[in-house]
Amino acid sequence: MNVAVRTGTVHALVGENGAGKSTLMKILYGMQRPDEGTISIDGTQGDFHTPADAIAVGIGMVHQHFMLADNLTVLENVVLGDEPRGGGGIDFKAARAKIKDISARYGLGVDPDRLVDELGVGERQRVEILKVLFRGARILILDEPTAVLVPQEVDELFGNLRELKAEGLTILFISHKLDEVLSVADDITVMRRGTTVASVAPGDVTARQLAELMVGSALPVPELRESTVTDTPVLEAEGLTVTSPDGRTVLEGMSVTINAGEVLGIAGVEGNGQAELVEALMGIRPLQAGRIALRGEDITKLSTRKRRDAGIGYIPEDRHRQGVLLEATLWENRILGHQTKAPSVRGLLLNRSGARADTQRIVDEYDVRTPNIDVLAGSLSGGNQQKLIVGREMSGNPVLLIASHPTRGVDVGAQAAIWEQIRKARAEQLAVLLISADLDELIGMSDSLAVILRGRLVASYDPKAVTPEELGSAMTGAGDGEES
Amino acid sequence: MGRISLRSVGLGLAAPVGALVFALLVCGVILSITGHQPFDVAEDMIGSLERPRTVANSLNSATTYYLSAVAVAIGFKMRLFNIGVDGQYRLAAMLAAALAGASFMESLPSVLRILMTILAAMLVGAIWSGIAGFLKVTRGVSEVISTIMLNAIATALVAFLLNPDRLAVTVAGSNNIGTAPITEGGQVPGIPYSGSSSDVFGLIVLAAVVGVAYWFMLNRTRFGFDLKATGESESAAVASGVNVKKMVLASMLLSGAVAGLVGMPQLLGASHSYSLDFPAGLGFTGIAIALLGRNHPIGMAFAAFLWGALDQTSNVLDLSGVPKEIVVIMQGVIVLSVVIAYELVRRYKLRLEQRDVGRALGTTKTPEEVQA
Repeated sequence: MNVAVRTGTVHALVGENGAGKSTLMKILYGMQRPDEGTISIDGTQGDFHTPADAIAVGIGMVHQHFMLADNLTVLENVVLGDEPRGGGGIDFKAARAKIKDISARYGLGVDPDRLVDELGVGERQRVEILKVLFRGARILILDEPTAVLVPQEVDELFGNLRELKAEGLTILFISHKLDEVLSVADDITVMRRGTTVASVAPGDVTARQLAELMVGSALPVPELRESTVTDTPVLEAEGLTVTSPDGRTVLEGMSVTINAGEVLGIAGVEGNGQAELVEALMGIRPLQAGRIALRGEDITKLSTRKRRDAGIGYIPEDRHRQGVLLEATLWENRILGHQTKAPSVRGLLLNRSGARADTQRIVDEYDVRTPNIDVLAGSLSGGNQQKLIVGREMSGNPVLLIASHPTRGVDVGAQAAIWEQIRKARAEQLAVLLISADLDELIGMSDSLAVILRGRLVASYDPKAVTPEELGSAMTGAGDGEES
Repeated sequence: MGRISLRSVGLGLAAPVGALVFALLVCGVILSITGHQPFDVAEDMIGSLERPRTVANSLNSATTYYLSAVAVAIGFKMRLFNIGVDGQYRLAAMLAAALAGASFMESLPSVLRILMTILAAMLVGAIWSGIAGFLKVTRGVSEVISTIMLNAIATALVAFLLNPDRLAVTVAGSNNIGTAPITEGGQVPGIPYSGSSSDVFGLIVLAAVVGVAYWFMLNRTRFGFDLKATGESESAAVASGVNVKKMVLASMLLSGAVAGLVGMPQLLGASHSYSLDFPAGLGFTGIAIALLGRNHPIGMAFAAFLWGALDQTSNVLDLSGVPKEIVVIMQGVIVLSVVIAYELVRRYKLRLEQRDVGRALGTTKTPEEVQA
């Protein structure tokens, strides 16, 4: 694979999960060695054994997951590992001045004396950028920097990137959010399955064309075919109230009903009770009040395991935290959450051959890209981990699927596959609770839509008639949807 | 497939072997500095291992060490640190000894007596560790703190009970006191080792059974899966339906039950009474061996034997005027370096695997993708 990046530009690298973006980036940053091939910086060939070698030639990396110590100040975080010496100790004065200088020069607006703990996500990211600039980076690699940001923060970030570019720095921007790439990049390189398939200029392509280059085929759209909604209620939750450990009410008297063959979409700005709703339904979080019934049977008092046994599938929002065991093999991960059900177990014993055979089925049916089922889940790309989770949660014929951001961080190809599986299961009378931050997905995939705000369902919409803008304003509390 | 498993075995051995070599180097340097000949010392120690008696004694030490290590490893697999194996086995051995030596036991068949003794030890061990488990589950008390405190309480309790007014009798012809000696029907006969004056503990078989059961539990049962899952990621285990509190309690009880066995080979095979000179501190050795053996049933067996052999061969050092403590230094260096080595190997392995995955996927291009 080949890539050429011009000095003083923002170069975007796009591709599906598992296309090799992360691997390329790790090679550039010296975390991994290429089997063949060379890297040249300003014409001189580099040979990176460790990230320190890469830093020495001016390559800096901003990771997707921040690597900051919360209990230290910005200043301390920035100098950590690269402390300027002076007078027998760390020369904080010089460091502070340098940080202020960098911050002012590139318009980062970072105060060196604040505690990282107090900073918001966008500010933390600017601290990360400052960290690499402090080490003298001239080339910045940003790994999916917008994945954690809200729209306003994304705009701010892009403003920062333009300033950095104006100062002659080079930025390698890795993403799969195509509209963002189009708005900020000067050049775009598209990767697919480990090779470069196209180099384009943002003016020459539309987001759709770019996406099609990434997948190598026409793009999927989230949409449901004819309605399969029945009037048999599968999930009936009434008056769910949840309080957080610090005593705040995070879910207040929420009632939700989902019928067989229905997808109920929940729209809302993150942190308005979605996570609590999901965990309350799964029995992970205790209920203050309320009642939950699955197919007419009261499951309010049942444990998570019993609820899963009763036929609830669960796609958690944070797959690394709740969805997979990163240091276990794929077939062991197939058992996770299904420890009581065939084909993974036989009585009190594990059924290894059964679990392995079924893992292979999931890998084939859901196009999980992996050399075999004995690799550790942590060595797969995020999208492929997600496909494995979806495949796992769909097995054993669940009656209700709780899907939190089922396609978050997943490339378009995998997204289409996951949507298709949800559609198929819906046609077979699966009830789905869909929570997503992607409004197009919500509108396209739901039979009915509700908006969650401060722990309550404040409005409901007909997905056929609503626009993303209307939903958006209802999510922030400014909307005027019909009261539910 | 064969290549990969060969590689994983090689990587698995890299850390302990590397740590051992490093420890040998460190000890060599220390010996040289203190004016001894490292090679002579090594020769003496290896030479003593040729004597059958040393091997038999090494196996006996290894038996107790192994049981202790398994007890610790059960906790480790759940990220629980049962520091209290020490107190658990001492209390268990003492109470089981008192039961086994009681006069009413003499009329029972031998097998029943032995079984009852062993079960009593497991029960006491489980109760003692269960206290820590219960406190953790109900009150959130760190098991590290509570087990350490329970060790101290166990010491006091043993001292209190081991009194002629209560469970002890004076040992004939000495100042020592201990529980009533276990008569022959309650003892477990040793296995003769040719050329050695001391037998191998009969309960070495028990250690082997515990090892197999541990392996089976971890790799073949639902309970073991839940246990490992909780250890690897508690949040994922909770989402999968594991009741973490139940698991904490269950694994503490299990760990304590195995800890109760630690004193049995010595008690039923050699001492036949719990007296003041009953071996102490085996619980801490177990922690070192579990670390060195990576909580693996076979790895810990090798580690236990290494430990036992180091202990036993160090006896010859007194003869040549080399301080025996060099062995303790060696054991310490092994444990410290192996922990680091394992982490390095783990990261290296993960990287290798990611590269393999990348390579395997990079080469699975279909014709239409190539032309696109």
